[in-house]
Amino acid sequence: MELKGLPILSIVIFMPLVGSLPLFFIGKERVNLIRSWALFITLITFFMSLLLFFNFDQNSAEFQFQERIVWIHELGISYHVGIDGISLWLLLLTTFLGPITVLCSWSAITERVRDYMICLLILETGILGVFSSLDLFLFYVFWESQLIPMYLLIGIWGSYNRIYAAVKFVIYTMAGSLMMLVAIMYIYFYHNNQTGFFSMDILDLYKLYFPYHIQIVLFIAFFLAFAFKVPMFPFHTWLPDAHVEAPTAGSVILAGILLKMGTYGFLRFNIPMFTEASISLAPFMYVLAVTGIIYGALVSMVQPDLKKLVAYSSVSHLGFVMLGIFAFTVQGIQGGILQMVNHGLSTGALFLIVGILYERRHTRLISQFGGLSKVIPRFAAIFMIVSLSSIGLPGLNGFVGEFLIILGTFISSNPYSRIAAILAASGVIFAAVYMLWMFQRVMFGTITHEENKYLKDLNIREFAYLLPVLLFIIWIGIYPSTFLKPMERSVKEIVVTVEKKIDKSNVISEVDKKIFHYRR
Amino acid sequence: MSPQTIDVNLLSLAPELVVILFGFIIMLMDPFFPYDKKRYLSYPALIGCCIAAVFTFVLHGKRIISFNDMIALDGYSTFFDYLFILIAILSILIACDYIEQERIMYGEYFSLILFATSGMMLMAKGINLLLIFLGLEVLSLSTYVLAGIMKRDLKSNEAALKYFLLGAFSSAFLLYGIALIYGTAGSIDIPGILKYLKGGFPSGVFLIGVALMIVGFGFKVAAVPFHMWTPDAYEGAPTSVTAFMSVGPKAAGFAAFLRIFISALLPIVSEWSGILWVIAILTMFVGNLAALVQENIKRMLAYSSIAHAGYIIIGIIVADELGGSALLFYLLSYTLMNIGAFTVAILLRKEDEGYEIMDYAGASVKHPLLSLLMAVFLLSLAGFPPTAGFMGKFYIFSAAVKKGYIGLALIGVINSAISVYYYLRVVVLMYMVEPRREFRPLKVGIFTSIALIISIWGTIQLGVYPSGVIDFARSVVGPLFHLPSNLGSLFSTKAF
Repeated sequence: MELKGLPILSIVIFMPLVGSLPLFFIGKERVNLIRSWALFITLITFFMSLLLFFNFDQNSAEFQFQERIVWIHELGISYHVGIDGISLWLLLLTTFLGPITVLCSWSAITERVRDYMICLLILETGILGVFSSLDLFLFYVFWESQLIPMYLLIGIWGSYNRIYAAVKFVIYTMAGSLMMLVAIMYIYFYHNNQTGFFSMDILDLYKLYFPYHIQIVLFIAFFLAFAFKVPMFPFHTWLPDAHVEAPTAGSVILAGILLKMGTYGFLRFNIPMFTEASISLAPFMYVLAVTGIIYGALVSMVQPDLKKLVAYSSVSHLGFVMLGIFAFTVQGIQGGILQMVNHGLSTGALFLIVGILYERRHTRLISQFGGLSKVIPRFAAIFMIVSLSSIGLPGLNGFVGEFLIILGTFISSNPYSRIAAILAASGVIFAAVYMLWMFQRVMFGTITHEENKYLKDLNIREFAYLLPVLLFIIWIGIYPSTFLKPMERSVKEIVVTVEKKIDKSNVISEVDKKIFHYRR
Repeated sequence: MSPQTIDVNLLSLAPELVVILFGFIIMLMDPFFPYDKKRYLSYPALIGCCIAAVFTFVLHGKRIISFNDMIALDGYSTFFDYLFILIAILSILIACDYIEQERIMYGEYFSLILFATSGMMLMAKGINLLLIFLGLEVLSLSTYVLAGIMKRDLKSNEAALKYFLLGAFSSAFLLYGIALIYGTAGSIDIPGILKYLKGGFPSGVFLIGVALMIVGFGFKVAAVPFHMWTPDAYEGAPTSVTAFMSVGPKAAGFAAFLRIFISALLPIVSEWSGILWVIAILTMFVGNLAALVQENIKRMLAYSSIAHAGYIIIGIIVADELGGSALLFYLLSYTLMNIGAFTVAILLRKEDEGYEIMDYAGASVKHPLLSLLMAVFLLSLAGFPPTAGFMGKFYIFSAAVKKGYIGLALIGVINSAISVYYYLRVVVLMYMVEPRREFRPLKVGIFTSIALIISIWGTIQLGVYPSGVIDFARSVVGPLFHLPSNLGSLFSTKAF
């Protein structure tokens, strides 16, 4: 579908990339012009993506704004993009965080500003491409090509141990995704054997039915790629390193968007394509998700470094998302998607806040702070709201997501889901412990360090990029329907697909099928 | 057409004849050019290549079998003619400035490149094992001399001698293999061998002959365990020659390798695919693991070229249309990105022939554009989209998956993951580390710039829109599989 004759989705995807080209010709000493241009481009991209939102048909489960051009006709590969209610939110989250990342690096990045902005813009195109690809090959190309700009962001503008972190990031992610590449090739030829023509189109591949044992293998191959990205316990070890070393904007993108590519992948590929495998492996996923939730929370508690604390809290939050997705209930999946957005907003904001502190004090150690709320009250207020949102306080966004996930998991037909839901709920308590304790140590008490007495409060620019985030944090918390409604159809579609495949399946036992229907 | 008369069709050899002719012209002109004017000898060399390209273009789509079933001008050889001319042009372009600076400005340089090119073309065109051997020798002899063209440099001498000794051994192996095949099959041309194999399972001696041929070609394409010469020869040879050696002989070796093993030896594919399977895996692992610890960019690229030979062999093992065309596509991509990387390595070297990887530290500050190009070439070699290297790997691994060689594809992708580390190491140094040396101001000559533009354009183009080349590669590989035993009925010598 094209909007008034314009391929609007492609424009949104490639706007940052095209916008990065003029930067090559701007003199590298004109840093303010470069920053403003990058801001301009990301803002334009955001407004264009709003057009997608306003023209999105909420009552349709179809992929919308589809565009399809044959790319490599010999191999049946085409440039095919389109979005449904799931990718819409991730797309919007990406374009929304675009200007924020530019703004938060305004004064933090002073070296090689031009190269930095080029990386940011190219990265944005890569991520937008991942979320809107409807061709498996195209998906893989975007998936891999966003690695390089992120790698450069960490490696060039990171802090002391940046090179180690950057290389670790690339090798880990690459190792996982190459397994997926082999699986993609297998699916591709399997499709050719079954139907007689080559196609990488996701909509064609959805129609395939794989024998159970092949599903398991393919599931594991895709699982490796996505689990590294999410990151699920025990594949998370690259994340703290990458976060701690990355510049603020890098952390915001990493936590806010890149991690969602993993959870999105599970939702887009694993569940619809390898349904039976997903159902029989769900207990296994629960174990990993719940372990991640609790482990991430426990490790967060003892972190002396603010950024590491937030990084480990991501492991915990993403465990929730995985749990919700693998509940196979409308509530669970909706909660999972909403929690992806929530995590992007609140953890993104937390990283912004840590970045603001770091810019002023050049340290992120909790022990270096204390009593800041008296010095910088406005900062403290915002920090408080964001922390509470991350904990999941009712009235703020985190609550809605986590509630839906736990509810969805609890009513799920899977026999293990109730235990998982109960254990996951304990994660919320742990979250309160580590966030509030951290907040207390940083903001309250007496001022122990002389330097902290003269900290500057937020300036207008910092307000400008924190306030929109706060707006959405509160909006989702109070009136989540704005966000749940557009995704509802697409989520139901997935759940219906799962149900259909369960009914047809001869692998899943009759008893389990009955349980499945009984609970519904 | 009776066996007594020689069926001469010079047109089928036109590109070869043109490059040989220009090789001689350069040799004749050489004495009349004073030392500081010798770079102008590159003009006739380039013109020769261009004329050869025009002939190839004119002959595009024709099929001629001539010289009593020795030469096959078909789509397959046309593809390789284009590829070899491209390699020759790029090698000449990047050599001009370099050999002038290194004071090895001899006219022979260009002649030898052209002669080597004619040898490569013969290897791709030959459907007679002896003719393929002849092409191989023309190529090898020229390359031995080129490797040692820095007469006063010890390392260059070492490279030439090692290359020559091991190359001579490998030629002997190949020749011995051909002899055994002739002894059992009674024929040394591809149709004859195919006819013999269709008559029943071959004798053990024939299989030994095939094994010896694998050894011979293994040397040429630098496959493990026949790769020992590669790092030293690559390191010692003048860098512009290394760039040529890393793509030219390899591509020519694979051209003959693929044609013989597909057109003639396909009936006994189960006999040789196992051996190649082991060789491919060894080659990938040894190449990539050894490259991890190299401190010299030339040695690193040498081991990387070994690893790439491993990926390419997969195309032969697969032994179907997809695998063959993937091999062709990979060779072209590999040529572009590898020559590109060597060109930047030449430009960024230290005064005294320093090629330490550590010297790249901080290069992006002083030479942003060159660093960017180097990064793209290396990322392409590592197989990141959207570059030619990714497309090549995707194509060749998917051919393996299609044929059921999933283990091979898995090992291939694991190796790609390993290779990311050492390619990225250079990128890390260029972009993320402070400079450790003074970078001299650079004058990038017009020829070098053209070579860089061709390579970068090709690397991106093949990655973003590979459709045309894939189409071409597919159309030329197909006929290799359906070679009738009586060639005359399909190919017409009366086409001209």
